Amino acid sequence: MVASTEKNKLVYILTRSGQTDITISSPLEAHKPQTLIYSLIGLDVGYDNPMFAALELDFSSAEVDPTGEAVKELRKELVYYELDLGLNHIVRKWSEPVDRTAHALFRVPGGPNAPSGVLVCGEDNITYHRINNKKSDLLRLAIPRREGATEDPNRTRSICTGTLYSLKGGEFFYLLQTEDGDVFKMTLDAPDGVVEKIKIKFFDTLPLATSICLLRAGFCFLTCESGDRLLYELESLGDDSDDAVFDSSQFPSDPLKEYAPPFFRPRELRNLKEADALGSLNPIMDMEVANPALEDAPQIYTINGGGGRSTFRTTRNALEVLDLIESPLPQSASGVWTTKLTAEDETDTLIILCLHSRTLVLKIGDDVEEANNTGFLVETNTLGVQQFGEDCVIQIHPKGIRHIQGIKFPDDGAVATRQDITDWHPPAHRTIVACATNNRQVAIALSSGQILYFECDSDGSLAMAEEEISLDDTISCLAIPDVPEGSVRAYFMAVGCSNSTVRIYNLAPDMEGNILRDISVQGLSSPPSALTINFMTDKSPRGYSQYLHIGLRSGVYIRSALDELSGEIGDTRRRFLGPEPVTFTRVAAAGEPAVIAMTSRPWLAYTHPRTSVLQLTPLNYIPFKSAWNFEGSAFKGVICVSGNELRIFTFNDLLDNTTCESIPLRYTPRKFVGHHDQGTFYVIESENNTMGAAARQALIDQAEGAMDIEQTNGETSNGHAEGNELPPNYFGYPRAKGQWASCIQIVDPLTDKAVLQSIELTDNKSAVSVALATFESRGDNEYYLAVGVAKDLQFTPYKFTSASIQLYKISANGREMEFMHETAMPEPPLALLPFKGKLLIGAGTNLSLYDCGRNAMLRKALAADCVPTRIVGLKTQGSRIIISDQAQSVTYAVHKDQVHPNRIIPFADDTIQRHTTCTEMVDYETTVGGDKFGNIWMVRCPPKVSEASDESPDGLNLLQDKAFLGGAPNRLDLVAHYFTNDIPTSIQRTVLISGGERVIFWAGLQGTLGALIPFTSRRQHKMFQQLELLLRNEDKPLSGRDHLAYRSYFTPVKGVIDGDLVERFLVLGRDKRETIVGQIQGSWSSEMVDEAIWNMRGLYAF
Amino acid sequence: MADKLRAQQQLEALQARYIGIGSSDTSKHEWTSNIARDSLSSYLGHPPLLQYMSIGLGQSRERTRVQLLDRMIQPVGPPPKSRISWLT
Repeated sequence: MVASTEKNKLVYILTRSGQTDITISSPLEAHKPQTLIYSLIGLDVGYDNPMFAALELDFSSAEVDPTGEAVKELRKELVYYELDLGLNHIVRKWSEPVDRTAHALFRVPGGPNAPSGVLVCGEDNITYHRINNKKSDLLRLAIPRREGATEDPNRTRSICTGTLYSLKGGEFFYLLQTEDGDVFKMTLDAPDGVVEKIKIKFFDTLPLATSICLLRAGFCFLTCESGDRLLYELESLGDDSDDAVFDSSQFPSDPLKEYAPPFFRPRELRNLKEADALGSLNPIMDMEVANPALEDAPQIYTINGGGGRSTFRTTRNALEVLDLIESPLPQSASGVWTTKLTAEDETDTLIILCLHSRTLVLKIGDDVEEANNTGFLVETNTLGVQQFGEDCVIQIHPKGIRHIQGIKFPDDGAVATRQDITDWHPPAHRTIVACATNNRQVAIALSSGQILYFECDSDGSLAMAEEEISLDDTISCLAIPDVPEGSVRAYFMAVGCSNSTVRIYNLAPDMEGNILRDISVQGLSSPPSALTINFMTDKSPRGYSQYLHIGLRSGVYIRSALDELSGEIGDTRRRFLGPEPVTFTRVAAAGEPAVIAMTSRPWLAYTHPRTSVLQLTPLNYIPFKSAWNFEGSAFKGVICVSGNELRIFTFNDLLDNTTCESIPLRYTPRKFVGHHDQGTFYVIESENNTMGAAARQALIDQAEGAMDIEQTNGETSNGHAEGNELPPNYFGYPRAKGQWASCIQIVDPLTDKAVLQSIELTDNKSAVSVALATFESRGDNEYYLAVGVAKDLQFTPYKFTSASIQLYKISANGREMEFMHETAMPEPPLALLPFKGKLLIGAGTNLSLYDCGRNAMLRKALAADCVPTRIVGLKTQGSRIIISDQAQSVTYAVHKDQVHPNRIIPFADDTIQRHTTCTEMVDYETTVGGDKFGNIWMVRCPPKVSEASDESPDGLNLLQDKAFLGGAPNRLDLVAHYFTNDIPTSIQRTVLISGGERVIFWAGLQGTLGALIPFTSRRQHKMFQQLELLLRNEDKPLSGRDHLAYRSYFTPVKGVIDGDLVERFLVLGRDKRETIVGQIQGSWSSEMVDEAIWNMRGLYAF
Repeated sequence: MADKLRAQQQLEALQARYIGIGSSDTSKHEWTSNIARDSLSSYLGHPPLLQYMSIGLGQSRERTRVQLLDRMIQPVGPPPKSRISWLT
């Protein structure tokens, strides 16, 4: 059964035919006009006709009663609907009145020996109704209230969510959560299937959830209203705890009768234990992209709401890694390798470190120690180490190749035995500059430009090929892939030369039996610094392909497919990684082959485990210069050296390409502002309907005082001291209607990663806006924090008793602030903006310019009634000010400072009412913004109007313009419009990756982070447009929703292409792709489209 | 004439199916009530909007949902005394 809020109810019958096919019947209707549905559930009736219970309210009598009396007499009803399967007909079977506050229903299990029926939850009551009940049979419970110094004993709770859990053997219980987050366990006493009593008992206090799910494995999953989703482990079912039990015999069945309210004492978790958390940014209250940490790419700072669980989060585009080992080295190392001793070994035995012109050999055992007598040449730099043939190890150093056979550690000690050492020396006056190896092949490049090639002999020794390559240019790097399974050698070698080319040579004899023939060449933009070839999982029919990775001195990374038969290079992707030369290491990440690219920071090129698309993501790790794959008996990971530290880390999970750090905040954060020079952020936080900190403390002190008198030497009974406040991250704050708790906090996300200072606002004031300003009159280096404050603020209707601006002086290091003065304002200042060495304040409909005085703020200019409703945001460029209104989109105004007093003149506004939440100026004429209904839009001022606004120094021409249709004299044009399905709370024009172009980055309330990327080429734009059009038809969603209608939910979509839809192209099958590409005009191939989509994301965002 | 009749029938069918399709007899109270109910239903039906309001009010989403539903009963006050709409 599906019900709408008003009137409509439809019943669909699902029939299963066969194993997989489910057919849905056409709906049966059970409409009832002028009826509101509060809740709807299906009942458990065993094998009888299906029954539904709905909580309905019929308001038709109130519609025709002009006296307004009927509204008070409206009754809420619990209505049962039965679907008669034989007649294929829905019947309204029975209805009975319930408590007027009822809003939620829960099913009671039916069947043999089970009671069946409905639980109806309302404010301060839970009632059990048998199916087709008589009024006298009701069993009712009041919801227990918290006991404590700060709690109001008369405040009633209601149930927000809950779950039914049936145990084996037919027993069942409910976990019901109140809006405070307290979870109660409710059981029904039902001997012989007749409910005699219902009981309720405090279980534990959890964060407020939208849904609770108990798993058979003994876990409890909680989808929280805000913040991370949590997984708890069930320690017990709360049967043996000493919390008070209340049952229905204590309460009258009529909710209006008097009763003694039940109380319980909240306590720490006892029945549940926190097991895991699933990160979530929901709800994002404000966001800023900035780089105060001076990293390669900027970080995303967000404030995330949710009462006591509020956090300040730093999000980076990086893969999370797990640090396993960190140990110091005697000296800084430049290279690291691990190796097995024989081809059959499962795990690595040796770690070889290249220190400054010295090589250190370590053995991995129970602990890592220096190995002796391994035969490695110690007094040299090492270029490469490779387990070779059956049981040999080779070490390549500038002066030759050392071939060591049969290294063994006979008695688990660090002293090795070996069979044979062979040295190969290059021709005189030449050194080895680069090498590439695998188990059966070795290639070395000499300083003279020659490349020599060796293969493994039958006895494991090196056999030099007769052919050699000599090039005119210096060789900078070589690469040979691993020997493919079932072959004796790899087929190709890649050579990087200083003349900015990469050449591919064959290693397997061709038709004429020649090897080391030049097969293909790729020109590059800069000399290559590293090469590697590997096989990576992808979406090709075979499941994997051979890839050539090229790193350039300029810091650019290039990945190309290297054809396994012909050696042709194709399907190339480029990306700038960092300002230093790129080097590579082949590793295994989560069991799949991957490549670490090292530049100014490490990156990983890997296959996304879900979509099988190749990805490139930075690692959330310190930069390192050398790394190697590590396979130990205990763990697998990557070993790396950074300065004089040896580290081993491993990858957690390759699904999520962002990492998040969080700092807890006190209350729900509203807005914040960053002081980028000092790396600190100032957050204003406020909590509605919550007792202020001062009132809380007063009550606690009072309770403690009272206790001292009563029991002079009494021990507190339940472990924690009586007056102690419960930790708000679980228990929330004590509620008080109409009260505000508010504070200003300084957060340092860089060094301390903590809150530095908190200033509570007293007197029921709440902070509504914040700005960081410098004043011309006070010098450029003195920073001030201006905070807009409202007292006794209330919404619907909007009310307050007074409003003001508080000014705080910020210390030189930005880590402390001091209260300066407070200036009364006529209305709460919801928008503040530093402007031309002064402060622009939007209070109500008035925009005014203030300077900082000794004891108060001094007004310098005023523009009365700039906007129709209320100013909520300000942005500026030059003299232009963009004013956003709460309900009426944006207004452009210009500030004229050549006249006295200064003038602020609104000159253009919008044609559509947009409930603006955030705006940003894209350029001098254009503004992008978001509204409360989930749209992102862009408006532009016509060029003539824009020019005219800046023409005269005193703005007289603008003042003489006539108001047009009750608004400003001119109108803005709409450039783009797009429905996002999430309320944008912050929008910013910024660079997201190092070396990238600017994008428009936005954050949505429900945790969305999104980017709007500009098109730079007409041809590409056309292709994307056609692709989107085709994908709308070719790749329809499961629910069959029309994509165009969805993105045009409130206003027709304009000027924006849905990137999420376009990226679906990457996961489509080969055939479907070809059909789509075939229909695109402008000679595009599937690979070109693929590359265009990749570049669109890769060059601008992540 | 037949066309007019059909149009009339279609309109009636639509009016029976969808709440809020006005006719010449719709009073100002009915019209504004429907608009208000429509808005309220939209607020509680779109999760981001419901969450936005709940955060502002500092209460749970369930409580906001019930409050909005309760407001749908009589969103613009009791109906006017006279049934002739243009007199009110």
